[in-house]
Amino acid sequence: MIYFIVPFEVSSEERTDSLSHQLKEVVVTARKPNEDIIPAQILSGKELHRLNSNSVADALRYFSGVQVKDYGGVGGIKTVNIRSMGTNHTGVVYDGVELGNAQNGQIDLGQFSLDNIEALSLYNGQKSEILQPAKDFGAAGTIYMRTRTPVFDEGENYHARATIRTGSFDLLNPSALVELKLSQRVSASLSAEWINSSGKYKFRYRRVNPAGELAYDTTAVRQNGDINATRIELNTYGSLNNGSWTFKVYNYNSERGVPGAIVNNVWRRGERIWDTNSFAQGRYTGYFGKFTTLNNIKYAFYRTHYVNNDDKQVKIDNLYKQKEIYISSANEYEVTGFWNISASYDFMWNTLDADVYGFVKPDRISQYLSAASALDLNRFKIQASALGTFIHDRIKGQQAPADKHVFSPAVFMNGYPLRNKDFSVRVFYKQSFRMPMFNDLYYADMGNSKLSPERVTQYNVGLLYDHKSSSVISAARLSIDAYYNRVKDKIVAYPKGQQFRWTMLNLGLVDIRGIDLTGLLTINPYKDLYLTVRGQYTFQRAIDITNPADNYYRDQIPYIPRHSGSAVVNAQWRGWGLNYSWIYVGERYNQQENIRYNYTQPWYTSDISVSKDFKLGRVSLRGLIEVNNLLSQDYDVILNYPMPKRNYRVTITVEI
Amino acid sequence: MNLKQFFLYILPLLTVATSCRDDELVVPTEYDIIGDERPGATIRGFYIVNEGNMGSNKCTLDFYDYYTGLYSRNFYAEKNPNVIKELGDVGNDIGIYGSKLYIVVNCSHKVEVLDARTGIRLGQVDIPNCRYVRFHRGKAYVSSYVGPVLIDPNAPKGAVYEVDTLSLAVTRKVSVGYQPEEMEIIDDYMYVANSGGYRVPDYDNTVSVIQMVDFKQVQQIPVGINLHRLKKDRYNKLWITSRGDYQYRPSRLYVMQKKPGYNQMVVTDTIPVACSNMAFYEDKMYYYATEWNNYTASNTITYGVIDVRTKEIISDNFIKDGTDKDITIPYGIAVHPETGDIFVTDAKNYVSSGTLYCFTPDGRKKWSVRTGDIPAHITFLTK
Repeated sequence: MIYFIVPFEVSSEERTDSLSHQLKEVVVTARKPNEDIIPAQILSGKELHRLNSNSVADALRYFSGVQVKDYGGVGGIKTVNIRSMGTNHTGVVYDGVELGNAQNGQIDLGQFSLDNIEALSLYNGQKSEILQPAKDFGAAGTIYMRTRTPVFDEGENYHARATIRTGSFDLLNPSALVELKLSQRVSASLSAEWINSSGKYKFRYRRVNPAGELAYDTTAVRQNGDINATRIELNTYGSLNNGSWTFKVYNYNSERGVPGAIVNNVWRRGERIWDTNSFAQGRYTGYFGKFTTLNNIKYAFYRTHYVNNDDKQVKIDNLYKQKEIYISSANEYEVTGFWNISASYDFMWNTLDADVYGFVKPDRISQYLSAASALDLNRFKIQASALGTFIHDRIKGQQAPADKHVFSPAVFMNGYPLRNKDFSVRVFYKQSFRMPMFNDLYYADMGNSKLSPERVTQYNVGLLYDHKSSSVISAARLSIDAYYNRVKDKIVAYPKGQQFRWTMLNLGLVDIRGIDLTGLLTINPYKDLYLTVRGQYTFQRAIDITNPADNYYRDQIPYIPRHSGSAVVNAQWRGWGLNYSWIYVGERYNQQENIRYNYTQPWYTSDISVSKDFKLGRVSLRGLIEVNNLLSQDYDVILNYPMPKRNYRVTITVEI
Repeated sequence: MNLKQFFLYILPLLTVATSCRDDELVVPTEYDIIGDERPGATIRGFYIVNEGNMGSNKCTLDFYDYYTGLYSRNFYAEKNPNVIKELGDVGNDIGIYGSKLYIVVNCSHKVEVLDARTGIRLGQVDIPNCRYVRFHRGKAYVSSYVGPVLIDPNAPKGAVYEVDTLSLAVTRKVSVGYQPEEMEIIDDYMYVANSGGYRVPDYDNTVSVIQMVDFKQVQQIPVGINLHRLKKDRYNKLWITSRGDYQYRPSRLYVMQKKPGYNQMVVTDTIPVACSNMAFYEDKMYYYATEWNNYTASNTITYGVIDVRTKEIISDNFIKDGTDKDITIPYGIAVHPETGDIFVTDAKNYVSSGTLYCFTPDGRKKWSVRTGDIPAHITFLTK
């Protein structure tokens, strides 16, 4: 937990926050805090919870360089893509340990509720500190989710919080949190949540002909998007003389309908998915003089039951089971006051079992070995790391593909060219890769066991202006980053002749150039009035340069807008909060060819919320009313997956 | 410029620079000038249905007009702007009977019926998971993966639906084998190729025989696994393809005919070539085959010609000018009934525009044109 650095922008707001004494950030500074060389984009605390977001995926839309694929609704799958490199290149870390999906490599962030999330951070490249698991040096971009950690003031022995959310989609979402101080050194928290929604919402398709006459205008109700899910999370935290430990048990259970594509003559489908995701993870951090050690262990079990009940289609009833064991040890040594070195080793074992005909039941042993070094010369910081990855697969009844090993280096630099540290320049270079997942390699007819890893090279140059003061402008922050990424040997589906038969090949080559712009301004015009404006803009040119003979050669890749951005305006006044957020995703193409038939219109939504904090003795109360898609725009993020029109949510939180 | 100015001016500017949403327009038709004109010819033109990838709702209809030399791409929506969500998801077959054009839209579970000359919609017939359409004595017959009676809900048999071409109502249904594909009608008997594609690895291997008078299945003749194409030549012989199991058992071509003096079709020949699709012209059968090779990780594609009288392969590549190198995935084939021009479609990667190639009978490329996604099925319109 010492590895999350609180951004100053949060603290400026917490002054106005009546709940802040219970919700404040935890920074255990047993030693000099490890600072990221390149700071992350962070949303945390109240600011995070004021954004009208149903899930982690919704909140990530406020980060620059991120595109969220959203299939719509409460239960719809939501995946993220950082800087156009592809979902599989995005690492997702939950309380210090990366979440895995050996089957397809994609984490559905719609499954992660914001209820117990304290901070979300996004790192391009990698978290630029050297004491971290070897695997964390691997992804091309990483999202860190951190849950709330109990902090007790003098004389406090427990905290309790209960929340209920309700609103559109017949949503009923109660949650509860209990934090207990078990002893001077050990505390525990139990967080539980239930979410139930019919997933029904109105959507509308409207077309006009070129003369402006109405061609059709139809409004229908989204069907089979229901969800019933529970989440239980038990955490224990302990401190030792020379370190600390945490242990977590997590269980997520859901039954969902898969709403499917809306196409001509089909308004309802019969697919359903049951998910059970469970894991237990423990962490131990020890400090011994100049030596620091960080150790993680995790066991995960994921069960997915997929059924297609549509009597017009092929009947499917498949059960997939994944298991994962993960052990990591990261160790850092302070050579001198300004020079640190580290080495990490991770071991991971994954297996996938499915009752699918001809399934080869693969299992995989992955070993990661990293070495890193960091120099901190006050005005100039540099960090270099190298990661070696070794993959060994076994499959049932067939010869397994040859072992794979990949070497991926990275260099991160940050400098303060001016006298004060308000202004900084940062540069990074990173190579990363994604291993072909079990589906790519072994999935029935489609998999291709000869696949090689898909590689990404990233170059980034950025400027940051970061200023805080006690004047009217209490905080100001502006950053601009320009980047160039190249995705090589991209794993793409390749046709095999008959209808919809494909295989996977290392065919693609993508050239990505982009600019990320973020800005934040907090002003304090009157005594108790705080105004925060946060803005973010992303430009991306991500073109397919695989083969000049392709008719989509040099076309923008699917679902990547050239322009996208968001703006959030927040006002806080004596317990009242008003939040307005606006998200813009520019025109895109839903297939590789940038032709009129594949054109997808821009969409932009306005969300607004009002909150009020009360205090009744020891009890804190909070009410929140949200209106999402205020202007009721009818849009698809993914073609034929319509998004909800205007919708509402009410949240009441009680905390003692 | 200080930061306040940035927020005051630059952000709103960015907002203006980025474009806004307009009304969603009905997808417009695009025209290409081909110039292969045959004014006054009996064959007025041809329709081509582009399947579109599953879930994309991009089944589209193109038309080539020999009278004007114009290729119209994706003209359904413009002709029929009031149809919600356009033509539909995954076209699978097309046919003309009388004055009507029938398009089988597989994942929209319907047969779309248009006026063959104007392209204006006349109606639709809802048939679940429909595959192919054939015509006989005022009726349209549509094969469907979903049978009328679900005896075993886990393995429903397929069916053939009979549709009245005047009222567009389903008049009769008959249960056949598993996942039926193409059909032909010879002497008041219908022959249906059953694939069993939903039952991997227990594929169906039979041709169903349906007596048309009482619309009953009278026989199932074993032929080969995973049957797909079933077409008759000018001598009423049936040419049937098996897709194989894509692994150990290769695609094959079978011939069925009646023994002299008998009314029963029997398998007479197994031709040891892979065959994905074929088209007949006089005594020639043009075919292509796409077979995936796991070792070279590439498709092996052949374009052959068979003499239907001798059943001999008379050419192993009807494309003579090297254009076959440009074709990624051949996906449809047709021969112009008058000129003998050969049409081959290229489905490329299934998720981008395909190409339609026109070859002269001696195998030289005459012209090519961009189509919709997965161009596949062609039918000729007579004047």
